[in-house]
Amino acid sequence: MTAIRKAGIPLLAILIFALFWEWLVWFNAWPNYKMASPSDLGPAFWKFRWLFLEYGWDTLWRTVVGLLLAILVGIGIGVIMGFSRTMREALYPLLVGFNAIPKATVVPVIALLFVGQHDFNTVLMAFMISFFPIAVSVSIGLSTLEPEYRDILRALGASRWQIFTKIALPKTLPEFFGALKVSVTLAFIGTNLMEIVEPHGRGLGHLFDSGKISADYPLMFAVLIALAVLGIALYYIVVMLEQTFAGWAERAET
Amino acid sequence: MNDSPLIDISDVTHAYKTEAGPLPVLRDLTIRAAEGTFTAVVGPSGCGKSTLTRLVAGLMIPDEGEVRLHGELVKSPRKTVGMAFQNPVLLEWRTIMDNVLLPLEIVGTKLNRAEQRDRAMELLTLVGLDGFEDKRPSELSGGMRQRASLCRSIVHRPEVLILDEPFGALDNFTREDLWQTMHDLRKAETFTCVLITHDLRESLFLGDQVVVLSGRPATVQYVMDVTLGPDRVLDDLYTPESAENLHILRDQIKIAQGRDVA
Repeated sequence: MTAIRKAGIPLLAILIFALFWEWLVWFNAWPNYKMASPSDLGPAFWKFRWLFLEYGWDTLWRTVVGLLLAILVGIGIGVIMGFSRTMREALYPLLVGFNAIPKATVVPVIALLFVGQHDFNTVLMAFMISFFPIAVSVSIGLSTLEPEYRDILRALGASRWQIFTKIALPKTLPEFFGALKVSVTLAFIGTNLMEIVEPHGRGLGHLFDSGKISADYPLMFAVLIALAVLGIALYYIVVMLEQTFAGWAERAET
Repeated sequence: MNDSPLIDISDVTHAYKTEAGPLPVLRDLTIRAAEGTFTAVVGPSGCGKSTLTRLVAGLMIPDEGEVRLHGELVKSPRKTVGMAFQNPVLLEWRTIMDNVLLPLEIVGTKLNRAEQRDRAMELLTLVGLDGFEDKRPSELSGGMRQRASLCRSIVHRPEVLILDEPFGALDNFTREDLWQTMHDLRKAETFTCVLITHDLRESLFLGDQVVVLSGRPATVQYVMDVTLGPDRVLDDLYTPESAENLHILRDQIKIAQGRDVA
């Protein structure tokens, strides 16, 4: 019963949303070069099914690689900033400033800088847009560690490494996963920004751009749906990892 | 063995460096505690009691004077010390059992995994937490967390146990239960304990000696030898003698706070 409920409610919501969308297009009598309806999506997916698979894979792996880089670098910067006050004071304004730059403006710069390197550029953009929340959350998690936690181990003669692995790292995991959920979405934005802008590229962003150029609205909407599906899948993979590694932070239901 | 006290704090003076210059917290402080005894330290708020615990634990070195354990100068943390604080600081991602086992992972032990668990279970049973070893800290009440924290502080059989107001945040009834638990632990285990507390009844009920510190910079203002035996019960706090002793301690605290004694 609960399993049906758990899967049924979101599915029902999606169905209602699709029906409303279909009705909206029908009611306004929009032609599908103005606004596609859900019933147009099936044929669009079918027509470009091989491209969807190929480009979907491109987008997926570029996003994941960018995200993995963001995790590595984000944790690295976070650890440095979390343990050294000097480094925190030095790096924080730089990071905030870097993060404040709208990434859409960086896209052409990178596209020109590494012209033709589609994979590299896209991964770079996914990384650049998504490492900030991870770095900040890890550094805050580490720097706000209560001194008693450290003293408990230090009083026993524990090394800095032991304090880091046994206390600081696991204690920071809930913050880390919170940031990762934000980053996963951001990484997708980064990938698609680059794929849409770069000429002669690949990936779902490029397919979207092709749809735009040929005024194929059903195709453009089909790409949006495909992106949403990939986004949901990645997001819930992170949620599953979170429950495995930081499930202890969840309060029991009362 | 020798006659030297297990904990020997002699003529310790210490100051914190602040932006406004050095802030003296301890001055010519001398406290001695024989092996197996329980020393309760009371004093006004902010008088440097917690600094004292950090010195004994080897987390800090005093500016002047020295701290010796078993005659050995304390220069850095040592594995023969256990600590518990007002905040039980249990690791939320570990079960109660794994929390109690934590010190053994740091100090190293000859016990194998099963023996370690037996050792932890022995303590958990002693404090009434048997059956809770697989729970997480968030599933336990404040008093139970503090019991688990006490088990963790002595699981590696430390010579010296440092308690920094461990019962301070508990309600009165729970606190009195834990006092009793503390006595049970003392009967079963061998350690020399320094307890920092704000509670005069607690100091009298648990301590073999009660040390009253003066206001900052703290020095020893008064020492009371407690005559209650090892089998003391809560009712012993309500005898005329205890009432008299509490009165004396209260007056000493007032002096330490710089107030007039009525």
